[in-house]
Amino acid sequence: MDIPRHWRLKKQRYALVGEVCDHCDSKVFPPRDICPDCGEEAKTLYSFSGKGEVYSYTKVFEAPAGFDENAPYTVAMVKLEEGPLVTAQLTDLDESNLEIGMPVEMVTRKLRSATDERGMLVYGYKFRPVMA
Amino acid sequence: MREVSIVSIGQIPVEKKSSLNLRSMGASAIANALANIDPEQVDAVFAGNMLSDELQGQKHLSALIADTAGLRGIEALDVNAAMASGAASLRMAYLAVASGEADLAVAVGVEKMSDGVPTAALAKALDAENDVADGATMISKNADLLRQYLKHFDVPEDAMENFAVNAHRNAKNNPNALFFGKSVTPRMVRKSRIVHHPLKLMDCSPISDGAAAVVLAPTQDARAFSDKTIRILASSVATDRFSLNQRKNPLWLEGAYLSSQKAFRQANVNLNDLSLFEVHDAFSIMACLQLEAVGFSKPGEGWQLAKENKIRLNGKIPISTFGGLKARGHPIGASGLYQAAEIYLQLTQQADKNQIKRPKVAMMQSIGGAATTVISHIFGN
Ligand SMILES: [Zn+2]
Repeated sequence: MDIPRHWRLKKQRYALVGEVCDHCDSKVFPPRDICPDCGEEAKTLYSFSGKGEVYSYTKVFEAPAGFDENAPYTVAMVKLEEGPLVTAQLTDLDESNLEIGMPVEMVTRKLRSATDERGMLVYGYKFRPVMA
Repeated sequence: MREVSIVSIGQIPVEKKSSLNLRSMGASAIANALANIDPEQVDAVFAGNMLSDELQGQKHLSALIADTAGLRGIEALDVNAAMASGAASLRMAYLAVASGEADLAVAVGVEKMSDGVPTAALAKALDAENDVADGATMISKNADLLRQYLKHFDVPEDAMENFAVNAHRNAKNNPNALFFGKSVTPRMVRKSRIVHHPLKLMDCSPISDGAAAVVLAPTQDARAFSDKTIRILASSVATDRFSLNQRKNPLWLEGAYLSSQKAFRQANVNLNDLSLFEVHDAFSIMACLQLEAVGFSKPGEGWQLAKENKIRLNGKIPISTFGGLKARGHPIGASGLYQAAEIYLQLTQQADKNQIKRPKVAMMQSIGGAATTVISHIFGN
């Protein structure tokens, strides 16, 4: 993978950095440089708080290549408090408490085995329950 | 643009594992479709397929199938729209004939999923950097939708049951269906194993092998090829935000809505004119959300159409009339052509035990990715 793209993806996936639209204040994740809401340029970096709630989730038993050593794992759609939905694995989980609406926060964890040929990042964000 | 008709169809039976190789499956479907037509007259072949690159190490499939089918020298192009590739090839054939570029065109869809493990290959229809990089798959995304649907609309967990029951009842009479001759009871659906909670096995279409083809000609010349023809009244494609994550409401299939609205305008028909609707029931939740997006029910109430048996052959809006993706089988790139072939049989009164009474107008919808690309076709007599 080329260096600028790698650097950019690293910020995005280690620290949940997206963009904010200077025109309509929409928060954009993943970064795409064009605001999906108003169509204007949106290049100002924006660090998301990493806090949100579970929108939906499921447990994956038959994992795709690269994720075998994690399986079974729980992958969720997390609604960030700033608005966007992100797909992420859940970790440090007591499954009996897991439900739609459960508050979660971002942590950086190992995502997949290191053997991926396409240069996918091995580490990235996951979400864990917010300790009460 | 010229009016376009389907003048012939060809199917091979959907199987768990076909004894034919990929190219021969495609060529067989074409041979069946051309049984009463001189192959010399064919101007173009458009092949829909999603997985041959991954599972067979084969690209350039259309030319290979055309050659295998003995169609020498003609135009042959691959068409890909992920799981909607079959419907996309139908659309390309339609455009070729409508524009006057071709006077006789074949759309063929083929998939041989038994040659490998398709889960990762299917996930390539999602966002590689954001959904797949986090371990999501097509199945997990549909499980997410189902869970959110049940919670958001406060719907009982067995709400989707009748989608599978209906599909299997219709597949039982379809000799080309994977589940031909097999009885599947509501109890078997209810007791089927959990794949990705809350998704059960019976909420999912089976991995399978299959191929189907349709032959298109200008309506003005259609009768020269067959006395059983149907007209294509509309062909449309719409897309939604690529990922479910990017949508304001992931439970609303905007692509299905836009695609159907375009098709209704083109065909100059409305919802009430439809005698049947071949849905993309790769997962029961998709069929449900599609019925809502197209307008057969309000959001949150699509499952009631199944519960109240309105999707049966004698119901208000019959769906999956030969088993659908669920029970005829879902050989990915072929499914759109099976849908078209089945509608041809319905509208030409050749559907045998599954015949709907006096059908006039029928619609099919095929979906690529997480309801990202939605292709609609409407047909009439
Ligand atoms: Zn904006």
